[in-house]
Amino acid sequence: MSDTHIVSSFSNDLNQIDSLVLEMGGLVEQQLHNATLALQKEDRTLAKDVMKGDSRINELENELNDVAIKVLALRQPVAVDLRTVVMSLKIARHLERIGDYIKNTARRTNTIAKAGAFTGSLDTLARMSELVQKMTQDALNAYSKRDADAAQAVRESDKHVDHMNNSLFRELLTYMMEDPSHIGGAMHLIFIAKNIERMGDHVADIAKETLYLINGEWPEGKREKEDITSKMILDVDELNTES
Amino acid sequence: MDMETEKKVVANQAIMTARNVDVFYGKKQAIDNVSLDILENEITALIGPSGCGKSTFLRCFNRMNDTIDICKVSGKIEFAGQDIYSPKVDVVALRARIGMVFQKANPFPKSIFENVAYGPRIHDLAESKAELEDIVITSLKRAGLYDEVSDRLEDPGTSLSGGQQQRLCIARAIAVDPEIILMDEPCSALDPIATAIIEDLMESMKRHYTIVIVTHSMAQAARISQKTAFFHLGKVIEYGETEKMFTTPDNELTQNYISGRIG
Repeated sequence: MSDTHIVSSFSNDLNQIDSLVLEMGGLVEQQLHNATLALQKEDRTLAKDVMKGDSRINELENELNDVAIKVLALRQPVAVDLRTVVMSLKIARHLERIGDYIKNTARRTNTIAKAGAFTGSLDTLARMSELVQKMTQDALNAYSKRDADAAQAVRESDKHVDHMNNSLFRELLTYMMEDPSHIGGAMHLIFIAKNIERMGDHVADIAKETLYLINGEWPEGKREKEDITSKMILDVDELNTES
Repeated sequence: MDMETEKKVVANQAIMTARNVDVFYGKKQAIDNVSLDILENEITALIGPSGCGKSTFLRCFNRMNDTIDICKVSGKIEFAGQDIYSPKVDVVALRARIGMVFQKANPFPKSIFENVAYGPRIHDLAESKAELEDIVITSLKRAGLYDEVSDRLEDPGTSLSGGQQQRLCIARAIAVDPEIILMDEPCSALDPIATAIIEDLMESMKRHYTIVIVTHSMAQAARISQKTAFFHLGKVIEYGETEKMFTTPDNELTQNYISGRIG
């Protein structure tokens, strides 16, 4: 497809929409990286910076909404242009939500660090976070290059996030059962893990919307979701057999 | 003739079929092997850049190209199962069944009433003065003009505004009880309000008639038509549901045209 419109300012508007989506995505990646670092290092200053940093993501979303509404009103886009505008609005919404989960993660990090609460090993959480950062990057590359295969790959990788969340959930339940003094910190970690798991779902949705943007139809079949924490419960016997 | 008798509405039946149609103006080929079905009681829009052949193709449907000496049409066009280019066809009768509305409103220099009465009169469609009046009034009503002119039917047609004149031409086409109405950029000389009135009128007209419209306005094609055919350099590049055409066209050339990437 030809990249440029006869009316070049129309192309400029669409490029601006793409730039805003990518800028939001880059910021989200950076924020998640910093939030995870703050947790690992129990760095309250960095955690607070992350909390403050969320407002910029919100501002970018507002800016994108304004541009998209202007394009709809003034350009009456059709076909792939219309799909770009509408899907960019949805993608920006997901990125904004991911930003909120990151902010919540930073807030919990600050709480844990301030109280010197139990955290145990943070390796699994860090790996979950890295995977979601990678997925975010890949999803935005797929959006930027209009690469359907890459978008599909992102959708498929979300199940690994779910797996890690499942095992982490179980691990943290075990810690809590072993020693009630772990409960305060472990509860926050469960919420942080849940935050990251939800981020993965949002990124998978971004990939799905990118596929719609490219193909004009929704991908067939349901994505594999393997988060089973809502079905998990451990009793004391189970704990004893495990140890 | 009782114009209020509802014509049988059978959706999705082809009323007009074109097969392998070529049109030449002298040596220059304007239409290249076009095959297309026009479905009954639908609005079909023909779009494409200037010179793509859409108006030429439209004019094949009621043999308006016959009026151009160097124009040669080949292939087959059937209307209600009959080859309209057969030597047996009475072209005047054909054009009564397949009416036409042009870009520029062209009322006769006669009264509003006479503009509409002209067709039924020459085709002997009314047996009495009362019946002729009935046809005129019904046609004006269907063209959405009657309420605006009911108290001045004897005024000249040319005294009306541009949009009203265009609706008068639509009433004139309707008056001979056609089955298909061909419209060649009927709104391009009208302001947005007059355009909206005609578009609304077309929507209500498709209950009784089949409409084929050539339009330069892709937004208009998107608003009013059920099917759209995209012409480029004399060929039909893509033809199908309007909604699909403007959201997920199959052809890249279509996409480039409707999204303003090529002229």
